[in-house]
Amino acid sequence: MNIEPQSGTKVFIPTPLRQFTNQNPELRVEGRTVGELLRNLAAGNLGLQRHIFSDDGKIRGFVNVYLNNEDIRFLQKENTPVNDTDTISIIPSIAGG
Amino acid sequence: MELTDDELKRYRRHVTMPEVGIEGQKKLKASRVLIVGAGGLGSPVALYLAAAGVGQLGIVDFDAVDVSNLQRQILHSTRDVGHAKVDSAKERISAMNPHVQVETYQTQLSADNAMGIISQYDVVVDGTDNFPTRYLVNDACVLLKKPSVYGSIFRFEGQASVFSTVTGPCYRCLYSEPPPPGLVPNCAEAGVLGVLPGIIGTIQAAETLKILMGIGSTLIGRLLLFDALAMQFREMKLRKNPDCPICGTHPTINHLIDYESFCGTRIVADDEAEISVEELKAKRDRSEDIFLLDVREPHEYRIANLNGYLIPLNELPKRAKELDPSKQIIVHCHHGMRSARAVDFLRQAGFPNAKNLAGGIDQWSQKIDPTLVRY
Repeated sequence: MNIEPQSGTKVFIPTPLRQFTNQNPELRVEGRTVGELLRNLAAGNLGLQRHIFSDDGKIRGFVNVYLNNEDIRFLQKENTPVNDTDTISIIPSIAGG
Repeated sequence: MELTDDELKRYRRHVTMPEVGIEGQKKLKASRVLIVGAGGLGSPVALYLAAAGVGQLGIVDFDAVDVSNLQRQILHSTRDVGHAKVDSAKERISAMNPHVQVETYQTQLSADNAMGIISQYDVVVDGTDNFPTRYLVNDACVLLKKPSVYGSIFRFEGQASVFSTVTGPCYRCLYSEPPPPGLVPNCAEAGVLGVLPGIIGTIQAAETLKILMGIGSTLIGRLLLFDALAMQFREMKLRKNPDCPICGTHPTINHLIDYESFCGTRIVADDEAEISVEELKAKRDRSEDIFLLDVREPHEYRIANLNGYLIPLNELPKRAKELDPSKQIIVHCHHGMRSARAVDFLRQAGFPNAKNLAGGIDQWSQKIDPTLVRY
């Protein structure tokens, strides 16, 4: 994982994925676009890689990615630009009741 | 529908508020709400909707009360263990508010019965604990144009929204597909903070009452996220997906489908690849050379184990080389779902002798060794 504590964009890690981030609820990750940032996040982390991306490298249909409070599917998807003041949230589906 | 004197007294704190008033209270009395699942979420939903004076409540749940439910499912009591959840739910609600009519359905909501049941209600509250039923509830509600009040929980984290209104997004707009089985652990495997469904379920109850009375701003088009560990609420925008297969501009789903297949959760029985707990016991008694592989998580292993070799399902692809392909490998988990996936994987990865222990360690403690802790 390419994570530098002082720089990069804040990424909220949902509970189901915290098992792959030493239980960290948020990380700072570098990247100019959402796609680049997520790839940096998942680099070298097989668990995150498998949960966020399908085998063909697409963001999975049960994982939603938000830039601040907006779904990136309604922005420029993976090409949505990010900067250090933004917050990225990964929101996978959960089913418990 | 008029309110009786008893009801006017009971609902005085509602009626006093101009946003509710006698008119709002009458609307609640005339309303019918279906609660799918009488578990962690369904419990506070049912209790608060009953207390608030919703005239008719329907409750769907096929399950019986287990002692491990009582940490969060406040509809049920210790003496209800072993009995149908819908029965204790009805008893509890009637004791709390005899003005509420309760209809119970002790059955699994399915593509065969969902339309018939849901069509009798005004609003549906989704408190189920699995992906197939969530997609089923969503699709039936979209097709029948019934608002569905969504809540979902995992460990310390919850989500809530209102789906399938005429103008707003639906569950499929948010999540076009479910995770493959086994990738995301369920509550039984991962645990859940008992009070969490209390918080999310109460939000669902509040949204239901607002929808029924037509007041305030509901969570239509908004996803509310709650993290109990950080004690933080956040909110995301939801949009109707024009390409949504059921509520989009060109829907391709216009009747209910096979949700177990859609979610990949249908277990195909393959005698070759499965073994019963009794057979495993016999093999162990005969001291047969078998290799027992446990694919649960380490914290589950600590609760109870069969002395198996532990490789959590998630780690199996990269750790399969630790296994000997010539050995007879018997794989188990908690209930047999994860181990079925592990056996699928192993058989394709050059371990033709891998077999799944049907029913998992839970079945073992029920049928073979009752001293083993169930969880």
